Amino acid sequence: MAANVVVIGAGPAGVRAAQALVEAGVRPVVIDEGRRDGGQIYRRQPDGFTRSYETLYGTEAGRAKALHRDFDALRTRIDYLPETLVWNIEPNAVHVASGTRHRKIAFDALIICSGATDRLMPVPGWHHAGAYSLGGAQVALKSQGCAIGARTVMMGAGPLLYLVAAQYVKAGATVSAVLDTSTLADRVRALPQLLAMPSTLKKGVALMNVLRRAGVPVHRGVTPVAIEGTAQEGVTSVRVKDANGATLHVPCDAVALGYHLRSETQLADLAGCEFRFDRALRQWLPATDQDGRSSVRGIYLAGDGVRVRGADAAERAGRLAALAALKDAGIAHVGAAADITRLRAQLHRFTRFAAGLRTAFPWPARFAAALPDETVVCRCEAITAGELRRVVNEMGAKEANRAKAFSRVGMGRCQGRFCAHAGAEVIAAEARIPLEAVGRLRGQAPVKPLPMALASQQSEKETTA
Amino acid sequence: MSGRFVRVAEKGRRTFEIVIDGRRTLAAAGDTLMVALLTAHDSLRDSEFGDGRRAGFCVMGACQDCWVWTAGGERVRACTTPAVEGMSIVTRIGNAEEAAQAGEGIWPRMSS
Repeated sequence: MAANVVVIGAGPAGVRAAQALVEAGVRPVVIDEGRRDGGQIYRRQPDGFTRSYETLYGTEAGRAKALHRDFDALRTRIDYLPETLVWNIEPNAVHVASGTRHRKIAFDALIICSGATDRLMPVPGWHHAGAYSLGGAQVALKSQGCAIGARTVMMGAGPLLYLVAAQYVKAGATVSAVLDTSTLADRVRALPQLLAMPSTLKKGVALMNVLRRAGVPVHRGVTPVAIEGTAQEGVTSVRVKDANGATLHVPCDAVALGYHLRSETQLADLAGCEFRFDRALRQWLPATDQDGRSSVRGIYLAGDGVRVRGADAAERAGRLAALAALKDAGIAHVGAAADITRLRAQLHRFTRFAAGLRTAFPWPARFAAALPDETVVCRCEAITAGELRRVVNEMGAKEANRAKAFSRVGMGRCQGRFCAHAGAEVIAAEARIPLEAVGRLRGQAPVKPLPMALASQQSEKETTA
Repeated sequence: MSGRFVRVAEKGRRTFEIVIDGRRTLAAAGDTLMVALLTAHDSLRDSEFGDGRRAGFCVMGACQDCWVWTAGGERVRACTTPAVEGMSIVTRIGNAEEAAQAGEGIWPRMSS
């Protein structure tokens, strides 16, 4: 079978996509940034570490083990490129870099399973040493056996808030408080949709019980005021308003912060995929059909990288996207038709549950307008909300890319991953325009910084070509 | 200086020496450079924009807040780079400027 299929990502979606391709006799190239497979959620610990699957993945141990086992079984039937970054996409080829080596890999079909990172809303002081993303706090524990501090505050909203807090407690780390910006009323409103997945809902309740039994203070409906600390020593405390408007001050040496997840969509953007504004999520996402076909022929998108629905949904979406790619290429896959029907139905339930999570743990868009001018919005280059508002007001920069050009918010080394959503909210609030009208930051290659040695090697190649 | 990260599991690993700002420190087999640095120190680098010390943020290779410099002037992302015996890392701009004389230059300090 002749089709060149490239899969980007070796998390739940990428592994299941590769598996379906192999079943049909295709030998895909699987490119992943990680040292080992599993993605972020089922990240494998380094060799020589001894914690059990149950310790590492809790209720998801069985799923993690199955994914790792199935990927191990694929290894001789795929071309696996770990520790490799896809930094640009052109029609029918990806550019990859590993260390200082660079090459171009051609494809007939490309399945992008790029995953997600934490969605962040700034708070004064979040640039201090000791403030981390919630996902980062989890990675430190899962993959390195470390807590991010001796006394950690978890703040934000979303499933990770309670999951990471409970994982820290179970590992013997001290969680000084869980500060949740969402309310009980949000949860009640979300209940009908959350009941689409009763077992997952039950796991969430169990996490809250872990925290209660451990005596961790949990405050709901809080409004963050500041992460307090010093430029040299880092975080010393967190200050919030509680649901009644009273000030709550929690001494700590670390804060994990996040508001659920945001899809990593840069590669889909570079591939030329069409994006649509999702009003409920207040973000731009690549458009796909129900099987993962993007607007560009031959480009398929799956997993949290296109729509955050969690790891179980990602496994199904990865498989479904691969089956779609096979079908479009005219490659037979035994049982595909029945499989596609089943996967679509299952994903429908995950989509409904994800909508419930969005209602239960809302993105706190309103905080953006209230950020004091001196709050850092861009952590990369320490650019403040006041500076962003200045370019909106004085230079009339109301469009995301124009505001970026003038303020540099979104231009730093994270390339907007951690400031773009909040930055757009700040612009919309200041300009009094709908968020949709601000637009979205265009993806830029390379999607992450590359070593200078590689860049010079690249230009030599180009000049001699 | 005390550490920021706290080891809560996998404590029985083989250890080896690395050098941080000229001082020997123990790292454990399997540590990322970020963990080796932050279990001994409370931060990784100076912000080039004058807002103080930084200690990383996303821990998964997305934010690039944990770039540190080797004594040889090479820039590495601490959260995705394994700690290796004998590595020498500089975490202060002053130190890095001296160390990077022979190698890739450090970013300029944009404000004071």
